[in-house]
Amino acid sequence: MSTLTDTAPTRSRALSTTTPNPRPFRLVRHSLALAKRSLIKTWRTPEALIDVTLQPVLFLIIFVYVFGGAVAGSTHDYLQFLLPGILAQTIATGAIAIGVNLNTDIAKGIFDRFRSLPIPRSAPLVGAVLGDVVRYVIVTVSTLAIGYVMGFRIDTDPFRAIAGCLLAVLFALCLSWLPVLVSMKVRTAGAVQGVMFALIMPLSFASNVFVGADTLPGWMQAFVDVNPMTHLVASVRGLFLGTPLGNHVWWTLAWCAGFVAVFMPLALRAYRKKI
Amino acid sequence: MRSDVGHRIGRWQALCRGQHIVTPTVGVDLTALTLGPGVSPCQPVSVACQGGVSGPAQTRRMTADLVIEAEGLVKTFGKTRALQGVDLAVPRGTVLGVLGPNGAGKTTAVRILSTLLAPDGGTARISGFDVVRDAERVRQSIGLTGQYASVDEDLTGRQNLELFGTLLELGRAGARRRAAELLDWFDLTDAANRQAKTYSGGMRRRLDLAASLVGSPDVIFLDEPTTGLDPAKREDMWDVVRSLVNNGSTVLLTTQYLEEADALADAITVIDHGRVIAHDTPEGLKRVVGGQTLEVRPSDPAQLPRTAEILTQVGSGAQADEIRKGVLAVPVTDDAALTESVARFATAGIAVTELSLHLPSLDEVFFTLTGRTASEDDTTTRPTEVAA
Repeated sequence: MSTLTDTAPTRSRALSTTTPNPRPFRLVRHSLALAKRSLIKTWRTPEALIDVTLQPVLFLIIFVYVFGGAVAGSTHDYLQFLLPGILAQTIATGAIAIGVNLNTDIAKGIFDRFRSLPIPRSAPLVGAVLGDVVRYVIVTVSTLAIGYVMGFRIDTDPFRAIAGCLLAVLFALCLSWLPVLVSMKVRTAGAVQGVMFALIMPLSFASNVFVGADTLPGWMQAFVDVNPMTHLVASVRGLFLGTPLGNHVWWTLAWCAGFVAVFMPLALRAYRKKI
Repeated sequence: MRSDVGHRIGRWQALCRGQHIVTPTVGVDLTALTLGPGVSPCQPVSVACQGGVSGPAQTRRMTADLVIEAEGLVKTFGKTRALQGVDLAVPRGTVLGVLGPNGAGKTTAVRILSTLLAPDGGTARISGFDVVRDAERVRQSIGLTGQYASVDEDLTGRQNLELFGTLLELGRAGARRRAAELLDWFDLTDAANRQAKTYSGGMRRRLDLAASLVGSPDVIFLDEPTTGLDPAKREDMWDVVRSLVNNGSTVLLTTQYLEEADALADAITVIDHGRVIAHDTPEGLKRVVGGQTLEVRPSDPAQLPRTAEILTQVGSGAQADEIRKGVLAVPVTDDAALTESVARFATAGIAVTELSLHLPSLDEVFFTLTGRTASEDDTTTRPTEVAA
């Protein structure tokens, strides 16, 4: 009971005329606190991790053993080629879940509570986006693990391999502002899923994920060449296997910056208007 | 356990302010409260205000010090005119009951006052800060308990409270301590480590209210805090509200029950279709809407005529009526009518199986104020509104 008086100063906050909250980095601290909330929720509902655990496993097994012989002549060669692509594809589709979750979450009272607190309005969204990093790490680990079991080997060194993984996680982190934006704009969680698949599927198939871009017709190659997924896959392939990197890493980073620069402000604006 | 909750919170808040408390937190006499602190029976006798902190003795006083002020609030959703010029005023340390049926605009008003929604017209200030321009400042002094529990159901009770403590800058240790305190005072310690989704309705409301008190707010908004709770849980919630107010918080509470407003509020604002149709003390409002009704069912139906005779004598003048088969009712203005009638029935040798005192229902209040029932559709002719 002796500790109770420690809480007394908070009572006077309302009447103070000084600038509220002089402590720095509020957005960061509040977002991290809210990211922790997302992590706890993920931990409590492990079935929500199916898209980031089972999907890369299924995709790798199906594509490698069904198409491997036909596309690359041997399943091992195709596995080496395909794994970076599958990693990029599943991590991109893994980013869809945040939109679905936010769409259902935001309808609940807890967001009213957040908005009635003296915290930056964007903190709950930033927190949710950051909290999903753990899902992207899980995608990466499960893809590499099943790949290893199937015979995938990294040809470079651990540093470049880790750099490739981090690039993929960063890509998903930045891309996730798009599903966040969509989740603010459409009414149901199902619609978020639908819209996002319609956007992600062309990106992942019209790319170098499954086959080399040089086998595609010219008009499609033009699209493939600017497709952010192409740059990500080429970067991860280079970092995992030692294939030429070119400017792919820079292009990937540029796309990441572009996603954040465009979708984040739009998503935050839509969020403020939504409720 | 149940009546304990409010009392413990009262004790805690007093301790927070460095005071001793001897205030009974239940059975507060509303009539006396509205008269001012000089005669208030709940005024603590041994309160020693240390360091000039204002204690319950001061904060309970009715002054022109308005903590919640709203003028001409207007809000439109598409074609629905949710608020059409609502004025609200709540002096420091008092409870305003906002009474109205579903869709009257109560929740919209609360959402505007708690900065969740910007008004289309009008202004509102909390502790002098404008809810639109100084929203950040307003958020520092308010606590909001919505109609739907605004806690995270996947988190445990403790995790919820710690999260809000962290967001309110209490620091990690401070948030943890505050969560433990609130869990204790709301009797949730045993359930602290269970996910909120496993809580019963009453527990969820308590957690929700605890969550809105993490930052020790000066102003508390309670949007239909007891809707869906059983009568015992409702009494618990009332005790909590009373103890908050006893310790200086200002409360705006929306409700659909006149009984609740009467039990808690210093003043009642009745709103309907986004307009204030009455504003008065509970006493004043009850005078207008006809006060209470005494209902009696004599054991022997043959006694009905004599029972009616007695009721008419103790009533406020009107003739006793048989409102249901075997049940007589008479309007009364004084609580003493109940004991008076009991004494007279005893003298006359009349046994009764049912004897109760009722406040008018919301429907009756609305019928008196507007000439139509609360649930009637808007498309019917609008009667002239009673001036507030």
